[in-house]
Amino acid sequence: MSETLLELRDVTRTFELSQGVFRRAATLTAVAGVSLKVRRGEVFALVGESGSGKTTLAKMLLGLLPPTSGEILIGGTPISARDRVAVSRRVQPIFQDPYSSLNPRKSVAQLIALPLVVHGVGDGTERRAKVLEMLDLVGLSRRHYDAYPGQLSGGQRQRVAIARALILRPEVVICDEPTSALDVSVQAQILNLLLDLKRELGLTYFFISHNLAVVEHLADRVAVMYLGRFVEERSRAGLFASPRHPYTRALLQSVLTPDPDLGVPDTRIGATMAGSDTGCPFHPRCPSAIDICRTAAPPLRALPDGWATCHLVETQEAEPVP
Amino acid sequence: MTAAAPAAFDTAPPRRRTGLLRRSMGHSGLVLGGMTLVAIVAIALAAPLIAPHDPYNQDLAHRLIPPVWQAKGSWEHALGTDKLGRDYLSRLIFGTRISLLIGTLTVLISGTIGTVIGVCAGYFGGKVDAVLSYVVTTRLALPVVLVALASAALVGSSLEGVIVVLGLLLWDRFAVVTRSATMQVARSDYVAAAQAVGCSTLRILVSEILPNILNALIVVATLEMAHAILLEAALSFLGLGVQPPLPSWGLMISEGKQYMFFSPWVIAIPAAALVLLVLAINLVGDGLRDVTAPENRG
Amino acid sequence: MALLEVDNLRVNFALSDGMLHAVRGVSFSLERGETLAIVGESGSGKSMTSLALMNLLPKRATRRADRLVFDGIDLTAAPEARMRSLRGNRMAMIFQEPMTSLNPSYTIGNQLAEALRTHRAVSAAAARDRAVHLLDKVGIPSAAQRLNQYPHQLSGGLRQRVMIAMALMCGPDLIIADEPTTALDVTIQAQILHLLADLKNEFGMAMILISHDLGVVARVADKVAVMYAGEVVESAASRPLFKAPRHPYTRGLLNCIPVPGRTAPGAPLGAIPGQAPTLIGAQRGCAFRDRCAFAAAECEGDIPFVAVAPGHHARCIRLNALEAAA
Repeated sequence: MSETLLELRDVTRTFELSQGVFRRAATLTAVAGVSLKVRRGEVFALVGESGSGKTTLAKMLLGLLPPTSGEILIGGTPISARDRVAVSRRVQPIFQDPYSSLNPRKSVAQLIALPLVVHGVGDGTERRAKVLEMLDLVGLSRRHYDAYPGQLSGGQRQRVAIARALILRPEVVICDEPTSALDVSVQAQILNLLLDLKRELGLTYFFISHNLAVVEHLADRVAVMYLGRFVEERSRAGLFASPRHPYTRALLQSVLTPDPDLGVPDTRIGATMAGSDTGCPFHPRCPSAIDICRTAAPPLRALPDGWATCHLVETQEAEPVP
Repeated sequence: MTAAAPAAFDTAPPRRRTGLLRRSMGHSGLVLGGMTLVAIVAIALAAPLIAPHDPYNQDLAHRLIPPVWQAKGSWEHALGTDKLGRDYLSRLIFGTRISLLIGTLTVLISGTIGTVIGVCAGYFGGKVDAVLSYVVTTRLALPVVLVALASAALVGSSLEGVIVVLGLLLWDRFAVVTRSATMQVARSDYVAAAQAVGCSTLRILVSEILPNILNALIVVATLEMAHAILLEAALSFLGLGVQPPLPSWGLMISEGKQYMFFSPWVIAIPAAALVLLVLAINLVGDGLRDVTAPENRG
Repeated sequence: MALLEVDNLRVNFALSDGMLHAVRGVSFSLERGETLAIVGESGSGKSMTSLALMNLLPKRATRRADRLVFDGIDLTAAPEARMRSLRGNRMAMIFQEPMTSLNPSYTIGNQLAEALRTHRAVSAAAARDRAVHLLDKVGIPSAAQRLNQYPHQLSGGLRQRVMIAMALMCGPDLIIADEPTTALDVTIQAQILHLLADLKNEFGMAMILISHDLGVVARVADKVAVMYAGEVVESAASRPLFKAPRHPYTRGLLNCIPVPGRTAPGAPLGAIPGQAPTLIGAQRGCAFRDRCAFAAAECEGDIPFVAVAPGHHARCIRLNALEAAA
């Protein structure tokens, strides 16, 4: 049984939005009461669409944003915003947009060596050696050592970002949609690379994505996020075989596999993204909502391989996704 | 083990860099303005060597001699002499030093002040931004010339005085431009990545933000340089800037205003020089903006 | 007569480094009511092809075609005034970014009415009625109230529906949808695609769908053209293309995609090595040969677009080698 490497305990993050000088500021709850545990060596996938709060959650895991309440623990030790440097040795990010995640004014070598410079690791020669080693590891030709991001393709840039993230050998890598902005053929290359590196370096991934096909390919555990809350957390096999939350079901139905014999599914969920203050936040869109969903917050129902927060978990038991 | 497999997947070499120098050469405004500016700087540096006479040497026997292209002119004084018999060409040449000195020193001072304010406001946001924006707005409400007047009245007017006053006043455009440029850059993922790596705030500001707002900064710097030079000319014209006998072009215009109708070249020549310098600086500024902007897109 | 016939379409850009051949001899035809999907990755020339049809290319681009005929009208010879009368009227376009495709300074109703009144002499009231009717059709609740709203008051999914309604205002024969759902959430994507399919059938329109997403294409298209490096490398009806792809690029692309239930989790995906070539300067031979496992010396010569079955074509001379290896 491997140890818990990353843990969140009832983490909430709110933002105050100024409504002008004469009105009280509105409160936006980006993340509400999220708890999770990630074990060493695991790929924990977080699935969510826009407005789900996944980016805010990622920033908190990186130590860039403090939670409004709740605790974040790495290796059992709680982190605070002042520990940014200590956290950075253990947790590193790979961002979605390869065109925005590399400083255009720095060379590939400078970009990859930055973590070494900041943490005072090695001298000039040692750093050069380490950077070259990373280039080999991520599958980039050594010719790119002095190149600038502007000369590289999207896939190559993402490899540089991966090299930068891994040069200090962190334990956890927060992957925020690392392949969503890449072409399909490049996406496959990068996903293969990520899996290889995980095995080789013993990494743990927190993988955020809206692409369920990719999640099904990589993840060990999956959590589904909606409007700041986790609505379901399961093992990969369990979630894809029998999803229990109506939102999860709708997400799975929306995955369009390249099968020409099937048409476009009708997921029957509503279009409005606005949540609800009373009852279940998903009920305005839910095709299965009943009266209690409007008034009472859904309880957390335990399942053999996880849990789901829905009033209807029992009745959804035996329905497979078409 | 795995190093072999991925390496086979991405052996494509990096694309050729589209040469900045080559692009600069192709931009006519930049080349024209650049060459003019370089010529003026060269004149300023070589002034003692190329000026035919001492610019301060008064020769009351030879006052107001017209330039060589007019009837009573001669090559002895190619651009004529002023009301005190000083050679105009020499004064013009030495005047480049004053204009360029004012331009560069003022921009250094105001640029530093404005950039620090703008970058802090843009990066930290929130209350810091609110306070600094208020300061900028206050400064924008001040009429520069009147403040310079008041300062001259208090401190006395001189070359150093002009530089200090203008340097402390002309930072507003720097602040506004660097603030918005910083806000845009600070949103980038590479800044978040630098934070995640554990970079200190200072390192992020200097190493991640500053190089990426340099484009906008350089353009504003050239424009403010032109602005400072014109302002100094105006102040000197009003008697509040550089004091005689320094050969400031603005002062030369001022000293010549009585003779405007009889000897118009006394005003026309330094005015033309001002126009040429300011035009050259503006062309360089525009050209730099054009040439460096698309480069950023990679 | 086909609604749209394109033969040997070429688009070039004059760059400082040389001539960029963005589209190199693309040919296809489209019948009324049919959906053609153009699939490709970035740099394949698919977006340029759609812009070339409407003659909305950037200034530096030049377009040439042997044949470019829309409902009997020769588009290569049509003057700009004629093109303007066709755009939005007989052929309409839906863009990728709903955030930037609508003018933020005008109300929805204003923009919808403008789309109609540019081409038809109708009263403002009649235009309004049609706008409400179409907003209803595209599934926007409280349509009449929405007319007075501004784009920023609507979500991405709703804006895209407004874009679709706007495209339908004049009852076009052809809709060109350039990545219409790429910028939307996955749950909204399915709804928008469903809507497009319904409307297409109801109004009898033809559609050209441009996408990089093979899943979307498989579910929606009648026929598919796969583009790579400015050329169509394979074209077929949807079913044969996905069930029996012939071109190595098409096969490679289909192998890249993880499919829940089919690809083994954790196993390496079938990636295509290398990257697409830059199309600057003269092009020779097969553009895919540097990345192809079956490339041979002959691939440097001319590659014809051969028929492998009725209605199924591929641009490859090594098709037999592929079949033998499969």
